[in-house]
Amino acid sequence: MKMKKFIALLTVAGMTATMAVGCGSSSNETSDNAADTNTESSDSSLSGTITAAGSSALKPLADDAADSFLNDHPDVSITIDAGGSGEGLKQVSEGTVDIGNSDVAAEDKLDETAAKELVDHQVCVVTMAPIVNKDVAEAGVKSLTKEQLISIFTGKTTNWKDVGGPDEDIVLVTRPESSGTRATFQKYALDGNEEASNTSMETDDSGVLLTNVKSTNGAIGYVALSYLTGDAGVETVAIDDVEPTLENTYSGKYPVWTFEHMYTKGEPNEVTKAFLDYITGDEYGAQMEKLGYGVASKMTVTEH
Amino acid sequence: MYCVFRENSEQQYISLIKGENMKKQNMFTKEYAWRGLMTAGGLLVIAITICIGAFLIYKGSGTFTIFGHSIFEFLGSTDWNPEDNAQGGGTVGALIFIVGSLCTCGLALLIATPFAVGSAIFMIEIAPKFGEKFYRPIVEIFAGIPSVVYGWVGLTVLIPAIKKVFHLQVGHSVLAAGIVLALMIFPTISNVAADSIHSVPKDYRMAAYGLGSTRWQSIYKVVIPAAGSGILSGIILGLARAFGEALAVAMVIGQTTALPKGLFSTTKSLTTEIAAQMGNATEGGEMKTALWTMALLLFLLSLLFILLIHYFSRPKKDKE
Repeated sequence: MKMKKFIALLTVAGMTATMAVGCGSSSNETSDNAADTNTESSDSSLSGTITAAGSSALKPLADDAADSFLNDHPDVSITIDAGGSGEGLKQVSEGTVDIGNSDVAAEDKLDETAAKELVDHQVCVVTMAPIVNKDVAEAGVKSLTKEQLISIFTGKTTNWKDVGGPDEDIVLVTRPESSGTRATFQKYALDGNEEASNTSMETDDSGVLLTNVKSTNGAIGYVALSYLTGDAGVETVAIDDVEPTLENTYSGKYPVWTFEHMYTKGEPNEVTKAFLDYITGDEYGAQMEKLGYGVASKMTVTEH
Repeated sequence: MYCVFRENSEQQYISLIKGENMKKQNMFTKEYAWRGLMTAGGLLVIAITICIGAFLIYKGSGTFTIFGHSIFEFLGSTDWNPEDNAQGGGTVGALIFIVGSLCTCGLALLIATPFAVGSAIFMIEIAPKFGEKFYRPIVEIFAGIPSVVYGWVGLTVLIPAIKKVFHLQVGHSVLAAGIVLALMIFPTISNVAADSIHSVPKDYRMAAYGLGSTRWQSIYKVVIPAAGSGILSGIILGLARAFGEALAVAMVIGQTTALPKGLFSTTKSLTTEIAAQMGNATEGGEMKTALWTMALLLFLLSLLFILLIHYFSRPKKDKE
């Protein structure tokens, strides 16, 4: 009995200790950072904190950019949260964070007066591509016209043989209504036509969507190019014979893309500005393209 | 109370004067300190529950008060298209999700209950020693597996299996969700049912045997009716768990905004829709408010389940 009690106590003590250590070390770090900031404030090098929140589509890029930015400026600390475009816009408008990441323009989510206070920084271009299961592509569906695409996603065409594919039901795999990816795809690939949500399988994030398209015969869905950098196991489909690539996006031939926005309330402060300049700069641009995002300054068209 | 307190303190005063050790004083403060701590703990739990309820009512009522939808639209319409902004003007019919939840949970109960009650009878009546030593701990491990593991296993094993067995293109279905949920609630039902079967007095069985019944007759004519209310509580507890499960269901249900047409069609449930949309919906918008209303509905349902459990497990005087 005593032994049992002892073991139980030990377990609890262990867990508490782990918690304490976990919390302790992080608080130590922050205090170290604070100390650094204080001692080196006389130095000309950049220091301070940047907080950002919003779009989950933009977060991987923002994280990567923050990592390499911190290599050059070790005294800066950057915190980036996801939470959705709406949340990012709301928080930056309230002044809770320095940067609000968003897939959509501020006017779409906020009321006019709040949107006017925000300054838009277009940091990159995200291109969305329709993707299909390999069996569809192998059967010869390499390109779809816009009409075919609309007909498929609105649920009018339900068999692949109608668009030159195998005799197989079309399985729609999409994103929830509040998703920024879905909004972009609907606006530019489907010309604003509403997706048939009563026949499509919605997935909570693009990674799951990719898995579902990969494992379901006859499936079609859409993701941002940043999800297709490695061997994703799915095939992209050209729209009107234009392949979904960054080059075609830059030249304006491929229509399904959107600017990713980083909003600040008023003009950004020194540290935030340095970060925004870095992420939009040429040096980081190459890395950005490697991750599957388009460089905003390379765009030859700015309107669809 | 006051008197007692006076007496106590007087005694202590006296004992202090007498130079007795401090032990008595210590015991006195300890008694009240611990009692205070326990009371505070109890009150805190009550306060938190009430706060969550009040918060959900405050957030969830917005659909009806701010955006002016009727409660019948919310509960009875399949037209789900709320606007993601504070102006509103969309539709908030949540019937699809309610039906989706009911179908998957009902199916889960249908699958799980016979096995769960059977296994409870097995571990208490048929093989008590083996049941107590090996079987029960195994079932308890079952109960401790996190839902994400169930969902993941379902996604990688069950979905392809359904595709293969029924020759379907898509394996995600109400059936898959029902099976995953059944696996999840099986240990809950089984454990509670086993407890209630265990608490049936031995005299009952002895009396049954004395009247010449076989083991099976004594089990299903005497023991199960006597343990009936407990078994029912277990089933409702399982149902409550199934209703609240989001993650595992989301992975296998296929998430289509349409009423399920059969076992193999994809649909959505209350919890999966909340989980899918809450991340991107704007705070204070019509969609987020409608999601809060769905959360409120889940809260009320679980309240109902708890009340049912209390109703069924209340002591029955006429039987004693």
